[in-house]
Amino acid sequence: MEGLILLFVSSALINNFVLAYFLGICPFIGVSNKISSAFSMGIATTFVMVITAIVSWLIYNLILLPNQLDYLQYVAFILVIASLVQFVEMVIKKVSQPLYRALGIFLPLITTNCAILGLALFIVLKDYNFAQSIVYGFGVGVGFTLALVIMAGIREELDLADVPKPFRGAPITLIVAGLLALAFMGFAGLITI
Amino acid sequence: MKKVSLLKEYTKGLWDQNPTFKQILGTCPTLAVTVSAMNGIAMALATTFVLVFSSMIISMIRKLIPNQVRIAAYIVIVAGFVTIVDLVMKAQFPAMSKSLGPYIPLIVVNCIILGRAEAFASKNGVFSSILDALGMGSGFLGALFVIGSIREVLGNRTILGVAVLPEGFTPWLIMILPAGAFITYGLLMGLSNAYMEKKKENERKAIYNKYITAKQFVNETEA
Repeated sequence: MEGLILLFVSSALINNFVLAYFLGICPFIGVSNKISSAFSMGIATTFVMVITAIVSWLIYNLILLPNQLDYLQYVAFILVIASLVQFVEMVIKKVSQPLYRALGIFLPLITTNCAILGLALFIVLKDYNFAQSIVYGFGVGVGFTLALVIMAGIREELDLADVPKPFRGAPITLIVAGLLALAFMGFAGLITI
Repeated sequence: MKKVSLLKEYTKGLWDQNPTFKQILGTCPTLAVTVSAMNGIAMALATTFVLVFSSMIISMIRKLIPNQVRIAAYIVIVAGFVTIVDLVMKAQFPAMSKSLGPYIPLIVVNCIILGRAEAFASKNGVFSSILDALGMGSGFLGALFVIGSIREVLGNRTILGVAVLPEGFTPWLIMILPAGAFITYGLLMGLSNAYMEKKKENERKAIYNKYITAKQFVNETEA
């Protein structure tokens, strides 16, 4: 249990997917204009991440490994993720209309979010067991949401700042992200895994 | 005329539509692997390989794929080529494969590849698709090499493993950390924007000056 909590903290803060592994930069730059939309995007991504962690663990360990098909993992994962996102979208639409309205437009974007495929690959690479995979997926999702919301908060303030013209938009966002990554490095001493 | 436009398919990826600085595509590998120039080159070559072959196949079968399932079809084709690259790198260049780690399989979701498939290969012939892919790949290679070199020089005093800066220079550790990647990329993108603006400004000035001299000429002849 203690190991799982440590895993959660390390995946959310220390090895933050956006700021340490550079995964999911596209939505990080694209959707981080407003705190509210950043938060919705983060929740939707976390949701898909937990499901992806479960499904990809099951597929890899129950189908691909026993049949020695692990060289097919990339094809299998990407297909599963693409169809999973579609499926999640349909389920949410059916179950909860308000949730669908809140998350709806973000779900199709998640398919091309490299953080999702990255998560599936890291679970295989680090050889996590089932419980660890779920916690890892959740932790990564929380870390992603955190980075996105902090960034959105900074960018809302940045709109009021007098940034040199060539640096407006993506360049200044990247530089701010660099400073944020520097700040997140402070978490590195928190725990050791 | 035909030849000129074909050449254009190649050269537009180098600067005008450079995937890294102009279209801001494929940022994840750009930031992640550019710890050294060599890593950047290897990553760009792997990506270019996948890009060229998947563009070729997609443009060959573009009329056979039903419109509704095209994205899924593209992804499967791309994933196939990425698997080839990954297995070849594991067998031939185990050290490089290890240092690039999960970023090789992540080429599957590199937006440059799907972006070019959707925006170009699905609408154009095989030959121009290959040229377009080669151009985009070269642009990507150039960008990764520049970012990788800057980070390697300042963070490690070397380019491609050869020491360039003297012993007395204290390496900036931040450059080989994630933060350095973001900052280098941001600064370079800003500088390239500034350069483009300056160029446009000069062009505007040149046109304006021409107009002024023409007007003066007309005025003088009338007088």
